[in-house]
Amino acid sequence: MHLPSYATPLERVWHYVFLTLCGATLLFLIVPVLVVVPLSFNVEPYFSFTKGMLTLDPKAYSLKWYADILDNGTSGRYASGSWDWFKDVWNNAQWVIAMKNSFFIGIIATMVATVLGTIAAVGLSSPNMPYRTLITSLLISPMIVPVVITATGAYFFLAKIGLVKTYVGVILTHAMLGIPFVIITVTATLQSFDRNLIRAAESLGANWYTTFFKVVLSLIIPGMVSGALFAFVTSFDEVVAVLFIADIEQRTIPRQMWSGIREQISPTILAVATILIAISIMLLSTIEMLRRRSERLRGITTT
Amino acid sequence: MTMVAEFAATAKAPAPTGPILAADGVPLDKKLAQVTRRARINAFLLVAPLLAFLLVFFVAPIFLMLRLSTGDTVVSTELPRTAAALRSWDQKALPDEPVYAALVADLKDARERQATGKIGAQINYVYSGARSLFVSAGRSAGSIDAPYKQALIDKDPLWGDPTLWVMIKTTSQTTSPINYLNAVDRTLGPTGAVAQVPEDQRIHVTIFIRTLWLSFIVTLLCMAFGYPVAYLLSHLPLRTSNLLMICVLLPFWTALLVRITAWIALLQNDGVVLSTAVALGIVDPANRPQLVYNLIGTLVAMVHVLMPSMILPLYSVMKTIPPTYVRAARSLGATSFTAFWRVYFPQTLPGIAAGGLLVFILSVGYYITPALLGGQSGVLISNFIELHVSKTLNWGLAAALAGLLLVAILILYWLFNKIVGIDRLKMG
Amino acid sequence: MKAVKLLGATAVAAVLAGGYAWAQSKTLTVVSWGGAYTKSQVEAYHKPFIAKTGIQIKSEDYDGTVAPIKAQVQSGKVTWDVVDVELADAVRMCDEGLLEKIDVKALPAGADGKSAADDFIKGTLHDCAVSTILWSTIYAYDGAKFTGAKPTTIADFFDTTKFPGKRGMRKTAKINLEFALMADGVPAAEVYKVMKTKEGIDRAFKKLDSIKKDIVWWEAGAQPPQLLGDGQVVMTTAYNGRIFDAALKDNKPFVIVWDGQVWDLDLWVVPKGSPNKDAALDFLKFATTTEALAEQAKWISYAPARLSSIPKVGKFNDGKTDMAPHMPTSPANFKNAVQNDYLFWADKADELGKQFNTWLAK
Repeated sequence: MHLPSYATPLERVWHYVFLTLCGATLLFLIVPVLVVVPLSFNVEPYFSFTKGMLTLDPKAYSLKWYADILDNGTSGRYASGSWDWFKDVWNNAQWVIAMKNSFFIGIIATMVATVLGTIAAVGLSSPNMPYRTLITSLLISPMIVPVVITATGAYFFLAKIGLVKTYVGVILTHAMLGIPFVIITVTATLQSFDRNLIRAAESLGANWYTTFFKVVLSLIIPGMVSGALFAFVTSFDEVVAVLFIADIEQRTIPRQMWSGIREQISPTILAVATILIAISIMLLSTIEMLRRRSERLRGITTT
Repeated sequence: MTMVAEFAATAKAPAPTGPILAADGVPLDKKLAQVTRRARINAFLLVAPLLAFLLVFFVAPIFLMLRLSTGDTVVSTELPRTAAALRSWDQKALPDEPVYAALVADLKDARERQATGKIGAQINYVYSGARSLFVSAGRSAGSIDAPYKQALIDKDPLWGDPTLWVMIKTTSQTTSPINYLNAVDRTLGPTGAVAQVPEDQRIHVTIFIRTLWLSFIVTLLCMAFGYPVAYLLSHLPLRTSNLLMICVLLPFWTALLVRITAWIALLQNDGVVLSTAVALGIVDPANRPQLVYNLIGTLVAMVHVLMPSMILPLYSVMKTIPPTYVRAARSLGATSFTAFWRVYFPQTLPGIAAGGLLVFILSVGYYITPALLGGQSGVLISNFIELHVSKTLNWGLAAALAGLLLVAILILYWLFNKIVGIDRLKMG
Repeated sequence: MKAVKLLGATAVAAVLAGGYAWAQSKTLTVVSWGGAYTKSQVEAYHKPFIAKTGIQIKSEDYDGTVAPIKAQVQSGKVTWDVVDVELADAVRMCDEGLLEKIDVKALPAGADGKSAADDFIKGTLHDCAVSTILWSTIYAYDGAKFTGAKPTTIADFFDTTKFPGKRGMRKTAKINLEFALMADGVPAAEVYKVMKTKEGIDRAFKKLDSIKKDIVWWEAGAQPPQLLGDGQVVMTTAYNGRIFDAALKDNKPFVIVWDGQVWDLDLWVVPKGSPNKDAALDFLKFATTTEALAEQAKWISYAPARLSSIPKVGKFNDGKTDMAPHMPTSPANFKNAVQNDYLFWADKADELGKQFNTWLAK
């Protein structure tokens, strides 16, 4: 993006306008996410920077909202740090319960989505797949259909078969919402997959089992993992289905944040948000690492 | 069986005279058809478990839900004689005595089953006041004497309203258009003709238009600001663009609720934006503009949430465009604008279509963002569906609204398939 | 290989999760409005009931949305055993056959020996519901914001020239229309008579129009004190108990204006087909005795539904605040009060709700 030396004055002006516009848009994207982090350390229960914070006065900062994450819902009877306190936090703190639920539901929904999605993606990428476009469209549609419609339908249906307000109900719905991502990422990996490798394996005497696990799977693993991560994030991020289907017992982090925002917005939510941002940074790095690794494996070099 | 062995076998065979045969003597074209069929079945079997899963837990539930929109069986089962008597009613004038008699008889039975409230509640969704009308008529049904028509009208003049009878008739049918009519602010008039609801009740069309219009604006803004960013990212050296890509990917990977929280922290009355503006003297502290819990809040947050979904497809298309074309155009004398507009831009159209349609489709169904940031003026059609599912319990109307929304989405999805192609959908 | 392991793990997890769901039905699920109100019930009813019977109680919060009850009953899988609902919902659901009938004779007699039918305040017992408390929607203001003249009447709430600032109101037609009419000069006793006419409704909406741009809408009962506390509004409609709680516990300078209060009942109902019906009815009997109702009033400023409980209401659990003057039924507060007309709302909720939403969207 260097300005060529022969650029006209108008082009020069436009070049800087363009860069400013891009800079502003990128700031618009990233600042809201980052602004939450310092605010979560605010000693005051406000959503704005205090004078003390701006002058970096250590007294203006505190970890109390993080402590609140652990305390909210506990009996408050035990000294912080003691074994009993830890047990109390683990079993009773609302945010901790929500965190456990989010991971439990997210991980199992991801497993269901990844297994079903990967197998289906392998079938979809076969050149012999009948009605491919139609079936692919159907399998992707949980991503396209508004979640309110999916959740309402699931709510009435699960109520009929007695799965509403159970972990199974929430997990199945979340798996459904995660499946399109697995299909998309795994099919994308399979598209660049050289089918001659299958023929080679077969011609060298491998049975389908060996071919699948030793050849196909090992090459699509990066796609599978990134699909799984997408599915996990979808579940980890999902509120609407949880609002409809889950009971208080299955309350997840976003559900807890939802009622927090609607009823009693407090900086504790900012502290939780900060933790979630840290988690997203971790996920993002994982995806990026996988992408680079897969590019290296395929011999695509980007410089 | 391996291909090598097969090849060896055919090699040894004598020169073919008739149709070419496979190793086992089957004609080759037949064999090929067999193999292809088996491959097709194998491929399908791999997809089958997921397909079954989605048919059971996704497609079927949505269909079952949508069926609620075409009518309910409450009225026809609880008022069987009235429903039968109304079938031949031509809706030109008030029904005659036999219909009223059938109703009184039905109400007497319904009263014993304690079902008058249920009937009333069902009809009340389309005819305000029907609930107490049916409950009190049920209570006195035992003591009413013929002529029933006059007796009922004397009890409550509403029984002489032809519109009420049109509503009883339509709700007692197995399929009734009434929920769909309501979903577009129409109703049935006294002669059964379609009419608009009173002006102060016309809400759904407004909300549908608002939803489409807002989605359009969101898509446009995402495009206007996302295109330059995608262009920049795809033209920068990889090291720099990877760094800047974080600005796009981090919000993308951050939970929706976190981003909403962030916007509340930024935009609310004593939030970061207004506090800063007041401190800088830009905004009068006594007269702070409302930035959140209205249409502005919904719009800003939706653009923020959906922008990455626009930038990423654009970026992946732009990455594949060889820079040589633009250079060739320039060297042939095109100005930088012409080179961009005539040579570069057309090549990015697939990305624009993909990103634009995706953002539009996603925003049409938005629920969480408008629910939390929309206040009174920024709610969308999804919020109304939820309202009718969980607050007013008018599930028929909710299903009709959902049905209309779903049709809109499916048309857009079909367009996406036609223009972009489903296999072009990429993540991250 | 991995796929097989994954499948196995999924199956195990699914079974485990199913196990969770099964274990839930062994306890009584009592659903209520959350916050200080649920806490008062937990202290007055749940804890003593658990101690006495050994039956566990799972307390769950909801926002008054009764759709789950309809869905549960229609599907035959009832997971809510006892629910605290508003009168209009209790009556409507009873009519629709969604609730278990409750026999008045089975309810315990009052402490003074009077039968339950005589002991409960008139209109607080219904075919499918037993009332526990009488609560009220009032409006409250932040005392710190008004140094000169202070709002005293319902008309002051709608007077933004005399008392400038944002107002908080619940995002429903119900009660807002009543408030608007009373502020427009309709006497409490005639509010519903006026509301039955088209002109009356138009008049109410016109009055709401006059402050529409200053209204901040709330949905959950916990929000109004929050809105007042944050300074987002200078006055707000609210449930009287919530304001009392915030004023006393958090030491906020909130003042309740009782003029034009709209009072209502909260009632226990049992969804039809509850698998724990007997335990649920036992709980209902336990939770509606003279003592239990009086005990609840120690935790929140809602008036008990039994006459025999009223003299037993003592001090707040801080041991010094006398509860009587904070009750909606206290004579000084009850002067210009109207009872929420559940029959009117059962008929008109759909129509007026739609009109309200149309008005909001304008």
